[in-house]
Amino acid sequence: MNRESYARGGGSLGRVWAMLLRYLYLLRSSWPRTLELIYWPTLQMLIWGFMSQFLYVNSNYVFRAFGVLLAAVMLWDVLFRGQLGLSISFLEEMWARNLGHLFVTPLRAYEWVAALLSMSLIRVLIGTVPAALLAVVLYHYSIFSLGLPLIGFFAVLLAMGWALGLAICGMILRHGMGAESLAWLAVFTLSPISAVYYPVSILPRWLQHVAWALPSTYVFEGMRALLFQKVFRADYLAAAAALDIVLLALGAWVFYLSFRGARQRGALLQMGE
Amino acid sequence: MPAPAIEVKDLVKRYPSAIAVDGVSFTVGRGVVAALLGGNGAGKTTTLSILLGLLLPTSGAVRVLGEDILRHRYRVLARMNFSSPFVDLPHRLTVRQNLLIYARLYGLRRRRERIEELAADLQIGGFLDRPAGKLSAGQKTRVALAKALLNEPELLLLDEPTASLDPDTGDWVRSYLEAWQARTEATILMASHNMAEVERMCSDVLMMKAGKIVDRGSPQALIARYGRANLEEVFLHIVRKPEPELEAVS
Repeated sequence: MNRESYARGGGSLGRVWAMLLRYLYLLRSSWPRTLELIYWPTLQMLIWGFMSQFLYVNSNYVFRAFGVLLAAVMLWDVLFRGQLGLSISFLEEMWARNLGHLFVTPLRAYEWVAALLSMSLIRVLIGTVPAALLAVVLYHYSIFSLGLPLIGFFAVLLAMGWALGLAICGMILRHGMGAESLAWLAVFTLSPISAVYYPVSILPRWLQHVAWALPSTYVFEGMRALLFQKVFRADYLAAAAALDIVLLALGAWVFYLSFRGARQRGALLQMGE
Repeated sequence: MPAPAIEVKDLVKRYPSAIAVDGVSFTVGRGVVAALLGGNGAGKTTTLSILLGLLLPTSGAVRVLGEDILRHRYRVLARMNFSSPFVDLPHRLTVRQNLLIYARLYGLRRRRERIEELAADLQIGGFLDRPAGKLSAGQKTRVALAKALLNEPELLLLDEPTASLDPDTGDWVRSYLEAWQARTEATILMASHNMAEVERMCSDVLMMKAGKIVDRGSPQALIARYGRANLEEVFLHIVRKPEPELEAVS
């Protein structure tokens, strides 16, 4: 065989596609993992759907807009699944001790990150779309009734999930698999202060300042404004997008520093369980 | 005249608690099969990791196939490859899926054809569609070689290429690598603890100890220099000799 007959071609997108293909093969090879993606959002939607039905006749809050809790649950899942989707694909490489193989190829770190982000989007869609459709069937509530703002809410929450995911992956690169639990738990600490199920005004005043520093808070407040007052708060979405840019820059910076640190320590060849 | 396959100058890798590589300098010419020998912790894997761009050195210069690997690793990574029995391919993907992904990462065209060709060559066709985690040690080694040869590398770095293989499979792998190298004239640098393998395959041996290269030459030259019967005896002599009696060479 002559060296020229397999001339190297394909650029950055080809390598991103290669990594994305790897994660799709992994997903396809294990039906429990695919089922798990659908299971939790669906289960959450069922629990909160029934709770909404109950509160509908008992609470003025839900009476004002039946879908408020369901929409909150489903949007929260975008943030949670966005972060987890990125972290799981990253952890797949840790569990397989595969970084040593990957980074002796021409794969760049940013190409790997692009594949991780793409896989996160795929996981979010697999997880949330069936749950959203089931809500239409069971409760006659469609989150798509939020209209075009839904795209903005979705994008902001997904980007926030990516920023968190990048920072968490960086922490795992820096501290090893001992930091793995961050991937599963970190985002939940933001749930109470993101005002997912209740208005931010319920929080103690000092905590409200923290809450308004999170893009997710603007999304959930914006969602309630849309459902209750039928008003789209573009200012909220703009603030959330601006905060996302800051968070994404921070997440990418943590990831970059940790990746470089792993190369300095020789951890890429040894990293694993 | 092309640049040497590997040029290392004053390479140092210092960790907070130890010096893994301590001022190493060497070159490996094109088309040479060379070995890095040394006891555990001598600095072989650290040196290989730096050559692969996986590890950043504390100081020193490293050129691979004429390119500065520390500054322009992406210019050269597509022209080299690496195989180690200690780093498995992902277990849950089939052999074919793994090879397809790496073929894409190396930017190969006609990927399926290349995989079929390697499968026939390395006799892995029978288990291309089996998960990589369900292969025997010998099968894994052949699959790892297929991955390492996908891009027809000009420089192949091997870490213990026949570790944990039975003598028959080990001999098969050595014969395959010899034939492949003769055909492609690629450069091979291997780290190995199998002295018979090094004597058979390598024309150039770099002996490492405590992060330094303490001797260098062909297996025959080293055996003659130390007045021993084989390379294993030379290795034992060097490894057991107190350090002050050894001087670093470049």
